Amino acid sequence: MKLTRRDALAMGLGATAVAMLPMRAFAAIEDSIAEFTGGAAVGEGDITLDAPEIAENGNTVPVSVAAPGAAAIRVYAAGNPTPGVATFNFGPAAGSQSASTRIRLAGTQDVIAVAQMEDGSFIQTAKTVKVTIGGCGG
Amino acid sequence: MISRRDFLQVGMAASAMVGASGFGNWARLAAQQTLTQDQLLEFETFGNVSLIHVTDIHAQMKPIYFREPEINLGVGANKGQVPHVTGAEFKARYGIEDGSPSAYALTYNDFTALGREYGKVGGLDRVATVVKAIRAARPDALLLDGGDTWHGSYTCYRTEGQDMVNVMNALKPDAMTFHWEFTLGSDRVRELVEGLPFAALGQNIFDAEWDEPADSFESYKMYESGGVQIAVIGQAFPYMPIANPGWMFPEYSFGIRDERMQEMVDEARGAGAELVVCLSHNGFDVDKKMAERVTGIDVILSGHTHDALPEPVLIGETIIIASGSNGKFVSRVDLDVRDGRMMGFRHKLIPIFSDVIEPDAEMTALIDEQRAPYEAELSEVIGTTDVELYRRGNFNGSWDDLICDALLSEREADIAMSPGVRWGPSLLPGDDITREDIWNVTSMSYGKAYRTEMTGEFIHTILEDVADNLFNPDPYYQQGGDMVRIGGMGYRIDITKPQGSRITDMTLLKTGEGIDPAKTYQVAGWASVNEGTEGPQIWDVVESHVRKQGTVTLDANASVEVVQG
Repeated sequence: MKLTRRDALAMGLGATAVAMLPMRAFAAIEDSIAEFTGGAAVGEGDITLDAPEIAENGNTVPVSVAAPGAAAIRVYAAGNPTPGVATFNFGPAAGSQSASTRIRLAGTQDVIAVAQMEDGSFIQTAKTVKVTIGGCGG
Repeated sequence: MISRRDFLQVGMAASAMVGASGFGNWARLAAQQTLTQDQLLEFETFGNVSLIHVTDIHAQMKPIYFREPEINLGVGANKGQVPHVTGAEFKARYGIEDGSPSAYALTYNDFTALGREYGKVGGLDRVATVVKAIRAARPDALLLDGGDTWHGSYTCYRTEGQDMVNVMNALKPDAMTFHWEFTLGSDRVRELVEGLPFAALGQNIFDAEWDEPADSFESYKMYESGGVQIAVIGQAFPYMPIANPGWMFPEYSFGIRDERMQEMVDEARGAGAELVVCLSHNGFDVDKKMAERVTGIDVILSGHTHDALPEPVLIGETIIIASGSNGKFVSRVDLDVRDGRMMGFRHKLIPIFSDVIEPDAEMTALIDEQRAPYEAELSEVIGTTDVELYRRGNFNGSWDDLICDALLSEREADIAMSPGVRWGPSLLPGDDITREDIWNVTSMSYGKAYRTEMTGEFIHTILEDVADNLFNPDPYYQQGGDMVRIGGMGYRIDITKPQGSRITDMTLLKTGEGIDPAKTYQVAGWASVNEGTEGPQIWDVVESHVRKQGTVTLDANASVEVVQG
């Protein structure tokens, strides 16, 4: 019997789970955020990021962001080769400053949301999303 | 004025007293051969509401032995906290005497000797007797099933859960939540759920495509009991598509979703709920964290991690109840709810000693009816055991050692892997091993035993990944079961380290050589979550091995060195 690697991996490694170890925010993510903020300080504030603690499928991870009073929100996957994932711009007529999308994560890493507020200041929040081999459910 | 917290503490003392009055006396009573059903059920009805909790029955309809864990390590803030306390420390914490019935029910020590004295536990006909007795005292008591009900036996596999549905329906539960049920496949789950005469709950069961609550399940249901409006909110196992094969139920998404849990609590309170109960399959540590983050839940009925605790754990103003597994226990929780608030409680974890509690005759007949078509296959003796066979614990149990031995020898592998599930009853030395016994520890809808090549580096990656799913200090990042069981290879684990550096000193046991990251090894295992896995069913592999052995003997397993920090 011939088993392919994908068929047979114990505990069920997904074909795309390349990197299982936590990825740190590398220079790429810092550069990428600086490009958005123009180097301005980024504080904390009324910004929420909703993402699963453990991804059911690293290829399509649902994330939602909201920041009342934001002009724009950017979402970063700190450990992806290209960290910038999405930018949401909110015009004056926007009913709410919130958005949802699905992103692909190369492995366990922080997802970061940075909001540019109407006064030009920046706030951010982050959440670790784990991408795991899975299996062994008790 | 007495605050709610004061009332809770009074309730806690009362609960401890009730526990003590039952537990403390049993040793003496048993010694006098007078342990009776009345003593096990003794409970002074309290307040105006009663909850009855069963969970993680894993399709065990008949009495079984079930050895509680010897090793159950907590990490982070949960280090040394219940339920991560076992054996002598557990007995000291709850004032349990050595050799007493509660020592037998709640710890692993002297399991064989006490098992011979006190006999088997569980049996849904005994559970029926207990439920009826509670309903006699409180006719509108709510019976709540925490899930992992339609999985775990030969007959459950053959009937795709129908045997358990038939038997549980006769118990008349009021609500249920879910985990392993989904491994029947989403079509079958929907078919069974749609026929249930009670509520199927899960506020975290979502439609994967639309990311909104799934149609077939309600988030919560309101009940009126004792003149009190009660909301029961369901919380299914959060990590099903990760811990189990998501391809079997691709339409569904889960997750903890504690923000939505808060919304549901607020909505239920707004709709007039005076008592909010969460029927949860989160696992105990996740429930503790959720109780810290979500306000307004009075009672969490906790399932998944199979813990049995003789007293509730209090987090803020939420009590968490852990009711064991495999039909071994029923929890009764009486509550005093007045003016829209829980003012106090009384609790008892009732162990189902099958030789003490009279079986309910109607239920016995119904159970036997489910088993009758399969009786010849179930009862066939495959071998006998010279050793205690059990599974529960963070690392290999002896059942796992036997299964790994079967994989190594039947599949001619260097290394074997067996999933760290928590279900599976125990056997005592001298017991026959029947086909039913083998299925009780292997039955599942994705049981094929694969054989493949893995590099040493990849084996290390797997062990690190699974270890983080058990020993991540944040319970929300713990995904599922106990540690993957390994045959043919030893290793050292430091549970205090981060992912990537917990596992060292991996050694191939047959040569004594260290595992070479670059070298390829033959690995056999089962329960892969990947679609299209090929190989014989694990129960056939184990049966073939046990037949060849005749009498099973196992050496003590010292291949895992655990560093607890």
